[in-house]
Amino acid sequence: MKLVALSGSNVGTKTRTVMEHVTQTVMTRDPTIEVTLIDLAELDMVFADGRNFTEYTGDTARVAQEVMDADAVIIGTPIFQASIPAALKNVFDLLPVDALRDKVVAMVATAGSAKHYLILQQQLLPILTYMKAQVVSPYVFVEEKDLHRGQIINEDVIQRLDRLVEDSIVLTTTFSRIREDREAAYGF
Amino acid sequence: MSTNAPQQTTPVMDQVGIDPGQGLQFGMYSLGDHLPNPADGTRVSAGERIREFVGYAQAAEQAGFDFFSVGESHQEFFASQAHAVILGAIAQATNTIRIGSTSTIVSTSDPVRVFENFATIDHLSGGRAELVAGRASRVGLFRLLGYDLRDYEELYEEKFDLLRRINTEERVTWSGQFRAPLDDAEVLPRPAHGSLPIWRAVGGAPASAIKAGLAGVPMVMAHLGGTTSSFKPTIDAYREAARRSGFDPATLPVATAGFLYTAETSQDALREFYPHINEGMKRTNGQGMPKQLFAQSVDPASIVNIGSPQQIIEKILHQHEVFGHQRYLGQIDFGGMPYDRVMAQIETLGTEIIPAVKKYTAKPEGTTTEENAPIEENAE
Repeated sequence: MKLVALSGSNVGTKTRTVMEHVTQTVMTRDPTIEVTLIDLAELDMVFADGRNFTEYTGDTARVAQEVMDADAVIIGTPIFQASIPAALKNVFDLLPVDALRDKVVAMVATAGSAKHYLILQQQLLPILTYMKAQVVSPYVFVEEKDLHRGQIINEDVIQRLDRLVEDSIVLTTTFSRIREDREAAYGF
Repeated sequence: MSTNAPQQTTPVMDQVGIDPGQGLQFGMYSLGDHLPNPADGTRVSAGERIREFVGYAQAAEQAGFDFFSVGESHQEFFASQAHAVILGAIAQATNTIRIGSTSTIVSTSDPVRVFENFATIDHLSGGRAELVAGRASRVGLFRLLGYDLRDYEELYEEKFDLLRRINTEERVTWSGQFRAPLDDAEVLPRPAHGSLPIWRAVGGAPASAIKAGLAGVPMVMAHLGGTTSSFKPTIDAYREAARRSGFDPATLPVATAGFLYTAETSQDALREFYPHINEGMKRTNGQGMPKQLFAQSVDPASIVNIGSPQQIIEKILHQHEVFGHQRYLGQIDFGGMPYDRVMAQIETLGTEIIPAVKKYTAKPEGTTTEENAPIEENAE
């Protein structure tokens, strides 16, 4: 299984902190999983211009290909102006419309205010659904007060992230088994 | 007649040999892909692949196809970069079949050179050449040939307009953004019948079909999949736009183009064809074809013509009933399909499918090509 942990901000540390924890949790839970942490803040990305995803170069090409090759993607995002950052939206814009077909996708948000709790439902979920992802229904919402100097200090958040990682892995295994059975049934 | 509409010297239906008494025209097209055979991973050389196109054109002519075409592509896993040169060879190797491009990328070429090439192919073939003008689905050729992707739409529209003017006007005075001006320029040679049939390549969406309709240009509508009924609005939009622009849709040919594969049963066809489509698309598009979608292509409602010969006949007849189109183009050789298998497909099409399709779509003399086309008021 290939899992991508995508830290979807080009600035700040909160989302990165949470996604590093997610990556560690995946590796601890199942060392056979090939996990890649992509932090958009470290990469030199260009804006999508409508070309086929195979035709980008450099970091942009690598990010597009990593996401396309993944069986599961856990997306971490801060909330900017009541939505996801442009940096994260750009990753979706690089990809084909059905890029997330047959992939399990889970969501994590970091935010400065609890007022943003529904932003993932309103802003990120419709994109994932449009791109045909199997979305893990529960998501984790992390507030600034849950973090301190690069550490998650709220144990409840840690437990919620553990459950999200477990759900993602279990659903990925389950959906791929279902798909294999179904594809075998087509007889071609 | 709208002012931007060049006059055709000969009606385009006659130019492309459409005769309602002969029924739906049948064509074969290749994108010019050069992919490994997924069965064993081997790939013929580029030279062999290029010569295959000539062999297919000859076989298609023997089998009673009306049209054969090769597309222009400049990306990895393609061998038809110089598609006009390949068509020159096909012109020499064949006698009666109409030949053309699917598609010529006018956006990244000089329309003068494109016209010179195709007018020459027209003479080599004794007046059988046609040109389908496309916009490219890949951007690699913009880099390779030195064009800016930001001009994607305007490059196509400007060059397509110029190409059509060169086609219908013996002397052209023109200026635009992407090419040096022409001052009373005579672009030679003139084609065998005065002008070339030039079609516009259209994807499934209506926007491009409307542009073709407004300009009164014949349309080739390509499709990867989906239901026949879902493409009807695009064809309706094309004819409606043509009407709005003062053209009689009954005088404008429509062609459809997509995957074609036949075997004894639909299940055999799916099993034999799937690896070629799936592995081929992975290499050319970055994504394969989901089995679930592919399995639906044998459904009678699907626009993709995969199935037993009888099923394909019924599908094409249904599509003809819905679209009232004049030509159907099948793509058989995609994804490293071995030469012998393509030849066997051409043989089956020629003996079983094409005669039946023509028999049931032929109209008695005197009927129009589009049955429901309203009688146009004289717009002149």
